[in-house]
This record gives sequence, C-alpha cells and structure tokens, in this order.
Amino acid sequence: MIVLDKVSKSYGRTLVLRDCSTSVRLGEVVVVCGPSGSGKSTLIKCINGLVPIDRGTITVDGVSVTDPGTDLPALRTRIGMVFQNFELYPQMTALENVSLAQIHVLKRSRADADARSAQLLARVGLSSKLASRPDELSGGQQQRVSIARALAMDPQAMLFDEPTSALDPEMINEVLEVMQALALDGMTMMVVTHEMGFAQRVAERVLFMDGGEILEDVAKEQFFAAPSTERARQFLDKVLTH
Amino acid sequence: MNYTWDWGILLKEPYWGWLWSGLGWTLLISLGSWTLALVVGIAAGVARSMPARFLPAIASVYIQVFRNVPPLVQLFLWYFVFPEIAPESVGLWIKRELPQPEFVTAIVGIGLFAGARVAEQVRAGVAAVGLHLMPAALATGLRPLQAYRLIMLPLGLRAIFGPLTSELLITVKMSSISLTIGMLELTAQSRHIENYTFHGLESFAVATVVYLLVGLAVTALMRALDRRFGATRYRREAAT
Amino acid sequence: MSDFDWGVIARSWPFLAEGMALSALLVAVATAGGLVLGFGLALMRRSRHALVAAPATAYVTVMRTVPLILVLFWFYFLVPLVIGRPVGSLASALIAFVLFEAAFYCEIIRSAIGSVRAGQTEAALATGMKRWQVMRYVVLPQGLKAMTPLLLNQVIIVFQDTSLVYVVALRDFMTTASVVASRDGRPTEMYTLVAVVYLAICFSLAKAVEHYTRARAA
Repeated sequence: MIVLDKVSKSYGRTLVLRDCSTSVRLGEVVVVCGPSGSGKSTLIKCINGLVPIDRGTITVDGVSVTDPGTDLPALRTRIGMVFQNFELYPQMTALENVSLAQIHVLKRSRADADARSAQLLARVGLSSKLASRPDELSGGQQQRVSIARALAMDPQAMLFDEPTSALDPEMINEVLEVMQALALDGMTMMVVTHEMGFAQRVAERVLFMDGGEILEDVAKEQFFAAPSTERARQFLDKVLTH
Repeated sequence: MNYTWDWGILLKEPYWGWLWSGLGWTLLISLGSWTLALVVGIAAGVARSMPARFLPAIASVYIQVFRNVPPLVQLFLWYFVFPEIAPESVGLWIKRELPQPEFVTAIVGIGLFAGARVAEQVRAGVAAVGLHLMPAALATGLRPLQAYRLIMLPLGLRAIFGPLTSELLITVKMSSISLTIGMLELTAQSRHIENYTFHGLESFAVATVVYLLVGLAVTALMRALDRRFGATRYRREAAT
Repeated sequence: MSDFDWGVIARSWPFLAEGMALSALLVAVATAGGLVLGFGLALMRRSRHALVAAPATAYVTVMRTVPLILVLFWFYFLVPLVIGRPVGSLASALIAFVLFEAAFYCEIIRSAIGSVRAGQTEAALATGMKRWQVMRYVVLPQGLKAMTPLLLNQVIIVFQDTSLVYVVALRDFMTTASVVASRDGRPTEMYTLVAVVYLAICFSLAKAVEHYTRARAA
C-alpha cells in the first residue's frame, strides 16, 4: 500500500532522513518509534508529500508521491493524517471542521457532508459536541474530532504523527481507544508514537528510527522480545521502565 | 513614451550642488527632529505608563492630539498660527529674531509629531515588559512605582531600541513636508531640478536612490544596536 | 483674539465641503485599490519562486522608504508622460496613492497570513485541499481576525496622508482651507479649523477601532 524506497532528506547541511526504506501492507498497523530528532515525524510527513524529499521514491497505492506529474491533492484524499497539535480550524465548529474538505474536495453537498460528519463524530464518541468550537473542547476531544476529520475523506490509510504527545495523561486513553478500534476495523495505519503499550497491543510491525535511519523493521513480538541493535535495546530500556 | 534621457545633467552645476545641499538639509532636519522626538517622546511615554494619577492623563492628551492631526497641518500651525497666538513679545521675536525660521519650525513640527509616536512605542514597550515582570516584582514586595523605576523602565526602553532607531526612518521621510514652508531639502531640490531641466525621471530617480541608501544605513544601524542592547524577548507581546 | 474673523469659516463652508469630499474620495480609492494590490503583493512576497517574490519585495521596500511627497511628484510627472497627453492632477494623485498605500497594506496582510500556524496549512493540505482552497477557507479567515484592526488603523493613516496632495495643488480639505487662508488672509482661523476637524475625525475613528478590537477579543 505504502512503499518507501531509499528516501533521503536534508534541511540545509543537516541530513534528517538517510536511505529509509520500508513498506506498509494493506490492513497492516505499523508503529514508528525512536528518540526525539530521529526523523520519525519528517518521515511520516513525506508520505503524503507535505515534506518534499531529496532522493528516493515513495508510492501510495501504486501512485508515486515524488513524481511532479502526480496530482498531490487528489492523492492526499486517500491518506488521512492526524497531527500532534490537533490543528482543528479554530473559527469552525466540530461539525464544520469535519465537513469542510468533504464539501470542497469531494464535492459532497452540505447536507450529505454534515450527515457523514455527524456519523463519524458519533463513532469517536462526540455526538454531543457537534456544535462546539475547538476552544470549548478538551485536548482529547479535539484530537478525536481531528481523527473524524481525517476519516471523513474515506481514506485507504491513516498516518498519525505523535497523536497523544500533546495530551494531558488522563486523556491519552480515549484517543488510543479510538485508534485501536480503527485498527480492529482493518484500517491501514502508520503511527509515530511513544506509547509502547499501544504498540504492544495493536501494532503488527515496529520501526525503530534513530539519527534519520531506520534501524529496526521487525514484527512487534520480535522487537519487544529481542531487538537486534544496541540503540534499540537502550531505547526500550528507558521507555519501558518509567 | 517620448523622453530623452540625460543623466549627465545631474553632474553639472548648479544641479549637482542643489542635490547635495538638499541632502544636507534632509539629514539635518531628520536628525534634529528625531532628537527632539526622542526627548519629548520618551518623557511623554514614561509619563503615560507610570502608575500615577495625573501625569498619564496629561501625556495622553499630548499623544492623542499630536498623533491625530496630520503632520503637514501641524507644521502649518507652528509656522503660520503660533506666532499670531503667542504672547506679543514671543510672537515678535519669532517673526523678527529667530534664525533659520523654516528650519526651526520644521524640527519643532516634525519632532513633536514623531514624539507622539515615540511615546506610544515607549508605552507599549514598558507594558510588554510589565506583562511579564510586574507580577513577579510586586510579589517581592516592591511598590508599583519602585518596580516601574527599577525594572520596567530600563528593560522597556531597551526593548524598544530597534523601533526607536527606526523612528529615524520616519523623520527622514517626514522631512520632505518642510518643502511646503520653503525648506530646500532633497525632495524639493529634485523637483526644482525637474522644473529647470524637464529631466524629472533622472532627478526623481536619484532622490529615490538617495532615500533608499539612507534607509538602508538606518536599518543596518538599527539592527546592530538592537543586537547589542535590545531586550527583544520582551518586545513580543505588547498590551494595547 | 480680537482681530480674528471666525466667520470666514461659515462663508467658505461650501468650498471647504468640496475639499472634504475630495479627501474622502482619495481615501476610498486609495484603500480599495491599495487593499487589492496589497493582497496581490502579499501573495507574491510569500511565493517560493524568487522571480515572483523579489520584485514584490523590492517594490514594497521602495514605497516604504521613500517619502509620499516624492511619490506624488513622480506620478505627477510620469503619468502624463506615459499616457502621452496631459492628465489632471487628480488622476496622477489617485494612482500615486493606490500604489503607495498598497505597500503598507501588503505588509499588514503578509504578516497576518504569516501569523497563522503552519500546522493549519498542513492539516488542510492533508485532507486534499488545493493551496488556494487552504488560503480561502482556513488561512485567510484566521488572518483576517488578526489584520482587521491594523487595516482599519491604516485607513486613518491614509486619511492623514491625503493632506499631502497640497504639494500638487489638488483641492482636498487641507488645500481648500489653505486657499481660503491666503486669499482672505486668515491663516489662524483656517488652520485651526483644519486641525480640529482632522483631530475630531481621526480620534473618533481610532476610538472606534479600539472598541471594535476589544469587543472582538472578549
């Protein structure tokens, strides 16, 4: 479904992604973890073309992301993205947030879009908050709205960029539960996260990144039981014992 | 477009001399009014932001009046009206004894207008510092006036070093209005040349380039001073 | 105050009113034209292509560094030359004002657009919206909130700037007052009137903007 082949990216003189190659199959759930600055967020933002790459190729459902002839906006409707800082549009209600792209990109009528939005917001447990503005919602609620907003485009895959890192601890679970339900429904997911519990429960594969490279790319069980690289071992030690 | 270019004409006398003398007057008026603006403006800005009873109100009147009347109107008031309504002896002295009356009037008129702007910058700068530090200062037991004098004012003034220097850019531009009372500064001279030679494009172009160069010099000076002295961290959020 | 003739104001009122109408026209055209051109310039300055951004930046820098009087002289001289025949000073002044104020509106709009978080643009793009849709539905509405008080204040500044058409003898409020002042020998009365009128208008407008800003923030 998603294929990255020898992807490299530099910001000025600094190499942030170095020869990264991996793939995500249809229906697979992949977790990407690693220390700060390892390039995890950059990698995931390259997949839908938000960050252009310098070398390598990325294909989504057979369509090349890097080809200048590709219609990127059209491609992006097939991948949903959830951001660390939620990024809900502050001047709109939850319902309007979820409907906006449906109306202007998928060309659905306002009535159809709003109906679908209401459905999705109910699915993430927020049917009572349709008319609320982002500043009236808690962080966990905002993130769930943003998941609904991504799902509204009926994507074939979902990308999550540290979806719970900006949340107060008591709200992390409500978001992880929504993500777990999505996975169980068969959604193809790539999740950048520090939540190792989620990785252990829901992921099928784990990628470990450090210094811009993918150091580990193995089945979850193998990663948690016996990672092959020293840096991955150290990382797991620090993360799992706190 | 029918136009014969002749850049060389600007190098000939008397036009060459006119340009230089125009630049000289522009610089003198700008620096003079900037200095006046800083003195008056800082005083007014400090008065405006003090935690006191009457001083802020008085300063506020000055700021509001001098910001809301166009600078050209202010200049005319000083030049045409002030000598008439001033006490008899003062009026007579101005009309007869004052040396370089246009020059002095330009500095006073432009300086007081710019001073009101400076006052607002000072007030905003002090307020931005106060937003961060006043609560902390009061918590250590300082009285408002002490906190103001010891912390907010010094930091506030440093925070607006950049904007204060760029006020010089404003007075450079403003200096051109003095041509209406007869000062032959740079813009006036470029028009003068145009009137005599009909080569307006060349003379206006040169004046434009000179203003740009002066602007570049002032901006560079402002950046250097800001880096050395400025407390720009406190400039970010200004309370209105 | 005995030899001041304040009646001159009443006698020249129709003439002064015409001047004020011209001032209003200058403000309206300068603002409308300046906003449109300024918006275009702001988009150009934000472009990633140097060939598009550089000329816009150069233009804005020049217009913000050079005195308005010089710009007025420029266009007073240039417009008839380019068109090939004499043009009234009103046309030249209108063109000069629009082009001059556009630079200032550009900066206000540009910084307001820049103040909207990059994440907002990323999130909107991620849902498949095209760049113009992102600008129209997500970035501009947010930027508008930020820029409205600054835009309104700029209108007040434009109103003050229009007094400078005095230098090309265009009969706005200030110039008509000065004509009466020299014709009837009454500078004190006329210039005091001008000052009071500008003060009243600008002060009330400024207060209105303050009110509006505070109401919005609540």
